[in-house]
Amino acid sequence: MSILVYIRNVGGQLKKQSLELSAYAKAMADALNLDVTGLVIGTMADGELKKLGNYGMSRVLKVDDEQYNQRVNRVYTRIVEQAVNKTDAKYILFPDNAQGKAIAPRLSVRLRAGFIPQVLDLPSSFEPFTVKKRAFTGKAIATVTAHTERVILTPMLNSFGLPENAQDLEIQSFEPHIEEPDSRLELVGKQLSEEGVQLADADIVVSGGRGMRSSENFAMLEELAATLGAATACSRPVADDGWRPADEHVGQTGKIIAPNIYFAIGISGAIQHVAGVSGAKCIVGINSDPEAPIFEVADYGLVGDAFQIVPELNEVFRKHMHEKK
Amino acid sequence: MRVFVCMSYVPDTTTKIRFKEANTQLDDASIQWVINPWDELALTRAVELKYDAASPVDEVEIVMVGGVRCEPILRKGLAIGADKATRIDVEPLDAFQTATQLATYLQGKDCGFIVCGIESGDYNEAAVGGMLAELLDYASVSSVSSVQFDGDAPVYQRDVANGKEQVKVDGPAVLIVQKGFARVPKIPNMRGIMTARSKPLDVIPAIEVEPLVEFVEYAAPPAKGRVKMLNTPEELVRSLSDEAKLL
Ligand SMILES: Cc1cc2nc3c(=O)[nH]c(=O)nc-3n(C[C@H](O)[C@H](O)[C@H](O)COP(=O)(O)OP(=O)(O)OC[C@H]3O[C@@H](n4cnc5c(N)ncnc54)[C@H](O)[C@@H]3O)c2cc1C
Repeated sequence: MSILVYIRNVGGQLKKQSLELSAYAKAMADALNLDVTGLVIGTMADGELKKLGNYGMSRVLKVDDEQYNQRVNRVYTRIVEQAVNKTDAKYILFPDNAQGKAIAPRLSVRLRAGFIPQVLDLPSSFEPFTVKKRAFTGKAIATVTAHTERVILTPMLNSFGLPENAQDLEIQSFEPHIEEPDSRLELVGKQLSEEGVQLADADIVVSGGRGMRSSENFAMLEELAATLGAATACSRPVADDGWRPADEHVGQTGKIIAPNIYFAIGISGAIQHVAGVSGAKCIVGINSDPEAPIFEVADYGLVGDAFQIVPELNEVFRKHMHEKK
Repeated sequence: MRVFVCMSYVPDTTTKIRFKEANTQLDDASIQWVINPWDELALTRAVELKYDAASPVDEVEIVMVGGVRCEPILRKGLAIGADKATRIDVEPLDAFQTATQLATYLQGKDCGFIVCGIESGDYNEAAVGGMLAELLDYASVSSVSSVQFDGDAPVYQRDVANGKEQVKVDGPAVLIVQKGFARVPKIPNMRGIMTARSKPLDVIPAIEVEPLVEFVEYAAPPAKGRVKMLNTPEELVRSLSDEAKLL
């Protein structure tokens, strides 16, 4: 028996979240005396996969076949199912993001396995399987049990940490048997996004709200983000008004992110906005209004005019980063 | 072309969430129920497509799993512009039970596509769409940000990690949609509200389904420590680096 971790493959690269999932799986595995196996679909170099061995994974199954570089949810589900059978996996872990959520629910139906997304902690019991998850857009924490033979989980980013645990990682090829290649989904176009830090994976996020007043003024946030190696984000009205692209909108109806540092600049801190960032390790509020609700959820606050503070902050950070080097 | 929109109802986002029965159940006494925000965007876009002469969509039906208390929400959906609503008469217990009810109703029904919002703002499962697709053995396209048409064939745009892709599906698909599919929800006008009263709202019985997971208890999230107010950018950088150790 084992714990199977679905490893997200972004153009041949690992994401930090896969290392976190491996560490989370290892903590479960130690309690149950199981081992941790990863599954990666599509091309990824062994050197990249080896990194997983530093975080408790002892085996990787790789489905290194170009025909699977293109994600088809229905086909990926069947590949994971076959890996579950091969490794006799009792627990299957996916990243808590769009890709994990595209496949895990389908697998849950095929295996009749309880599916528990947005997991916040290690399981508190294995008999019955019990774990805490986020509910009501972060306004509550639910305790959930699954009585099924297998259980599928998506632990949230930053819910566990990244303890190192070196293992001898064995990499094996795995050939799934997909009977009918899925002709039902056809790729007709693709545009690669510009290079830059992806919001969903960013350690630091610089986010602006209506207080920034215009699309041009976001240039200073972009500069700050470049200094910090951060991604940029925004509140909903900013995206609705077209000042920023829709995929930068964070919150209950936008992206849910969990960076190490979230800068909320000229953002009032409405409950729907905070729902998207409550998993951040540290929230910094910068607002001209000392009564702004953002200060109820922030860890650090600066009161003042963003147009004055942001360029100053950028300078201080630039010096700090320079000295650190 | 008929399009189905699967809708759920959730507490209004500003509602305070409280629990009862020793924190095992949601205290719904003071809750105002609304259409799940993502589903509202999905419905908005479906209705826009119906009124767009260049699109083959000519019928929009809402399907909802829920008790009688969600009927005002279905009426609102009809006022936004759906032609018909169907309520499957059972309280949702988990994503699997909900998806199975939907699949039982939708099985074999002719349609172009079925739209589900990415997640519902209550149990935050993000699971019903994917489960429904597997139960129907349809393709699922997730992170869908728009639908265009190539003749009568839908072309779905989805966000992937490093960009955007356009895909075609041969046969019906379940779309899991997010922000961008529509930007702002459509607000029903007076005429919509009037005509909604006479549109069909069917209630059909549910089937027996065992849920796969059980919500046993709820708690409030841990209270945050108080914010530390700082005076200068230098202080902030020092705090982030020396105190929080995040730089
Ligand atoms: C169903 C529903 C879902 C929603 N989902 C989301 C969501 O997912 N994400 C989201 O963000 N919102 C969401 N909203 C909207 C949310 O309620 C707020 O309206 C929105 O977050 C406010 O955006 P804001 O903070 O940018 O703007 P405002 O509320 O206008 O705040 C602007 C802030 O900037 C400050 N400011 C002004 N000038 C300066 C300056 N020079 N320097 C510094 N600070 C300045 C002001 O003091 C103020 O605090 C949702 C609403 C509903 C009803």
